[in-house]
Amino acid sequence: MVDTNTVTEMVAARRPPDLRRGMVGWLRANLFNTPLNGAVTIVTAVLLAMLLWPALQWAVIQADWLGNSREACSGEGACWVFISARFESIVYGFYPEAARWRVDLVFLLMAVLVAWLVIPRLPAKRWVGLFAMVAFPVIAFFLLVGGAFGLEHVPTGNWGGVMLTLTIATVGIVGSLPIGVVLALGRRSQMPLVRGFCVVFIEFWRGVPLITVLFMASVMLPLFVPTQVEFDKLLRALVGIMFFWSAYMAEVVRGGLQAVPSGQEEAAKAMGMGYWQRMGLIVLPQALKLVIPGIVNTFIALFKDTSLVLIIGLFDLLAIIRSGLTDSDWLGFATEGYVFAALVFWVFCFSMSRYSQHIERRLHTGHRN
Amino acid sequence: MNQANTARADSPMIEITGLNKWYGDFHVLRDIDLTVAQGERIVICGPSGSGKSTLIRCINHLEEHQEGRIVVNGLPMTRDVKRIEQIRRNVGMVFQHFNLFPHLSVLDNCCISQTWVQKKPRAEAERTAMEILERVQIADQARKYPGQLSGGQQQRVAIARALCMQPEVMLFDEPTSALDPEMIKEVLDVMVELAREGMTMLCVTHEMGFAKTVADRVIFMDQGQIIEQAPPETFFNHPRSERTQLFLSQILGH
Amino acid sequence: MLRSSSREQGPLWRDPTFRALLVQGILLLALGAFIVMVVSNTMANLEARGITTGFGFLQDRAGFSIPQTLIEYSGDSTYARTFLVGLLNTLLVSAMGIVAATLIGFAVGIARLSPNWLLARLATAYVEIFRNIPLLVQILFWYFAVLQALPSPRNSHSLFEAIFLNVRGVVLPDPQPLSGFAATPWALLVAVIATWGLVRFAKRRQARTGRPLPVFKLGALLLIGLPAVVFVATGMPLEWSIPELKGFNFQGGVTVLPELMALWLALSIYTASFIAEIVRSGIQSVPQGQVEAAKALSLPGGIILRKVVIPQAMRVIVPQLTSQHLNLIKNSSLATAIGYPDLVAVFAGTALNVTGQAIEIVAMTMAVYLLINLVVSLLMNLYNARTLLKER
Repeated sequence: MVDTNTVTEMVAARRPPDLRRGMVGWLRANLFNTPLNGAVTIVTAVLLAMLLWPALQWAVIQADWLGNSREACSGEGACWVFISARFESIVYGFYPEAARWRVDLVFLLMAVLVAWLVIPRLPAKRWVGLFAMVAFPVIAFFLLVGGAFGLEHVPTGNWGGVMLTLTIATVGIVGSLPIGVVLALGRRSQMPLVRGFCVVFIEFWRGVPLITVLFMASVMLPLFVPTQVEFDKLLRALVGIMFFWSAYMAEVVRGGLQAVPSGQEEAAKAMGMGYWQRMGLIVLPQALKLVIPGIVNTFIALFKDTSLVLIIGLFDLLAIIRSGLTDSDWLGFATEGYVFAALVFWVFCFSMSRYSQHIERRLHTGHRN
Repeated sequence: MNQANTARADSPMIEITGLNKWYGDFHVLRDIDLTVAQGERIVICGPSGSGKSTLIRCINHLEEHQEGRIVVNGLPMTRDVKRIEQIRRNVGMVFQHFNLFPHLSVLDNCCISQTWVQKKPRAEAERTAMEILERVQIADQARKYPGQLSGGQQQRVAIARALCMQPEVMLFDEPTSALDPEMIKEVLDVMVELAREGMTMLCVTHEMGFAKTVADRVIFMDQGQIIEQAPPETFFNHPRSERTQLFLSQILGH
Repeated sequence: MLRSSSREQGPLWRDPTFRALLVQGILLLALGAFIVMVVSNTMANLEARGITTGFGFLQDRAGFSIPQTLIEYSGDSTYARTFLVGLLNTLLVSAMGIVAATLIGFAVGIARLSPNWLLARLATAYVEIFRNIPLLVQILFWYFAVLQALPSPRNSHSLFEAIFLNVRGVVLPDPQPLSGFAATPWALLVAVIATWGLVRFAKRRQARTGRPLPVFKLGALLLIGLPAVVFVATGMPLEWSIPELKGFNFQGGVTVLPELMALWLALSIYTASFIAEIVRSGIQSVPQGQVEAAKALSLPGGIILRKVVIPQAMRVIVPQLTSQHLNLIKNSSLATAIGYPDLVAVFAGTALNVTGQAIEIVAMTMAVYLLINLVVSLLMNLYNARTLLKER
């Protein structure tokens, strides 16, 4: 036992022993720290090489990039000429060439709005967001459909490709978010009839596959309206998609509403606010901010599922590529076609999921402080 | 008694020599030498980030050290899994946040190591568990789940759970820091009782009252090393290093 | 609401109770009006097209064939039979997908937490690639780019000259039970019951004496050994119909349609990427302190997993896993795109086009999915109630 007071001099900090440092140290710590791990590393590396190298050779090294007809394809690797030859229709569908500037303008406007909303430094997010949800759809509608302000009318049957995919995705989110908010509020209502209606509505759409909803929209909706009413095919699909996703949106928003402390609403009540003031000014802004990641994730799912319109005969990005594959001049390029479609969807979805993860991290740190 | 218990009465319970540990490039423990005799009660204090928790977590290999030697109850620490488990059988640990298993009842929390490590029959395990729960005065809650207990009650269960292994040493990692003030006493009372029974104890704590009444030796750590160690009277009344004086004035000052 | 006479009454339209009643009344009226409008429009439209409503058509002769039927079916069968065949095909691909997706998902999810840097990165790449590509693209890729690019039956890829892979699908040897084979499944059943008994016995023995039994090894031995012994003892009464190339196609064996293969692959791989994330976050949701406490009690690694980590992780994993399984069942409806004869393809597709009974058929199809959803949610609520952590 120590019975005197011992004091030690300060020891200076040292670097850790060499076995943990440098390239070799890193390899040892992360890949070869046990014999089993070493074996796993080697097997994984070999498998990866066996998979990646042929893929790389096919997609890049032996691929054909230049040309505009089938003759340009050497047959060794991928023939990306298939994509570049029909790039215009992949982007614009059957939109008349003379009017494509209108599509470009909408693309540009959309890109600016999205960039504004995503880049944190830019001001007036709320107003830009409002503009994107309300004014932008109206502007885009007149630009794309035409028939007013001297713009030539372009029927939706001519829409297609990336342009149609983005249209469906945008209408889907712009439509489903407000409906979702109303449904979420309704589900928390004190009025049994309102609550019951919202619960049934939400659970119904969440319980069935989107495909059956699209079938319903394309075969049943025309039956529901008077015979003389012409119901656009795209519009029918859009109505189905909006209702379907509003149910998912409602559940996301409900999660946000539950996360707002009840004290917030009580405080608003104490200030004499009415229901819509309490919701609109106090509860919803907080709830929606909390669930931005959930909303983005729902949007990713919605975006991926826009490809389902192929089944009811609309020509979105995927359907345009598929129809290109049945062109007798271009038989046998299925791999190139679907890999390209996968890549386009992947780039959109992956960047959105990264954004949502980023927001999530920012929200978490925001709460701690 | 445990078959892993190979200590001779004259050998120290814990012997640490030249211990160094790094987190990445950060040097958390620097040249630590520490010998703990059988039945000795040690309180370790120091500012946060001084490495005191890391030190006691090295003793049962919850943290791996890079340099130095740790011998517990005559068994040198190696990287061999069997050896590590052998040493852990002799060392009980109590955590700041209790870490009780929420899906098991209080009784099952106390029986789990007896069942799976000591391979005791259920009836015997339950008997031991109830005896020890009795000692920490919480036997009436044995059928409840941790989530149904208060913080102080949970920490007493955690102590009982560690004692059920019949360890030679008990490590306490800030056992009262997560508790509401009115619950601190019930936990400290149990610890004082344990000390009176002659258990070898290493406690990381800021409860200076506890240190004064129970400890044989108080150790002050800062920046990953032991700065000063002394019996409590000397430590509190005549601290020698400036850092210790500063620390004590901050913690006892108000 | 308080209605005490001492309280002063404001104007009626500002009374909360009255307002609630008013809002609900308006909702009810609007709903009613909507339904009346839809029904009358539909009636008029159906009449104009000469379609009679009702489920009588289910007894009519369907008149079309289906490429994969698990039960007896021919062109002479009724639409009710078509419905059943489609439903069974949906359930078949769903069951296959659920098993494969769960296995891959758990493997990838655990691999993401591996201390091996390369393996963990590879698993992350898997998740990030496959969950961000639409399922439909993946289905079409597997079907058109991979399986349709396979050689003709004459040039099949073969494995041990018993399994053949070609553009018409996978041809597998078909087991043909002979007399006496029935003993083997019975033996398996006995082994299952015996294993269950063994588990109970081992538990009780451990409680009594403290010594655990190697239940896993003994159980595996029993489950594999007993049927094997019975199988051999009865003289191996099983004949394999090995596929053989006759002319342009294979004779014998059993053929798995390329549509089924493509759908199964895509569903499993896609859903597995979501399950992997669920498994990872489920395991990570168990606080590090739990593992540390278990280690401090000197519990061995296997026991820590079995008794501390898995029970707590499962609480988080199971509900989300179930909802992924439901998603997979719903997503199997994408079969339509490649012509796998699932419920939506043969019933809401072919049968609807032939009969024009849109309302009945879409309603029946949706009802099937809703029913599956409802049953699974009820089971899930029971599970959640059972595993709820007891709190103050």
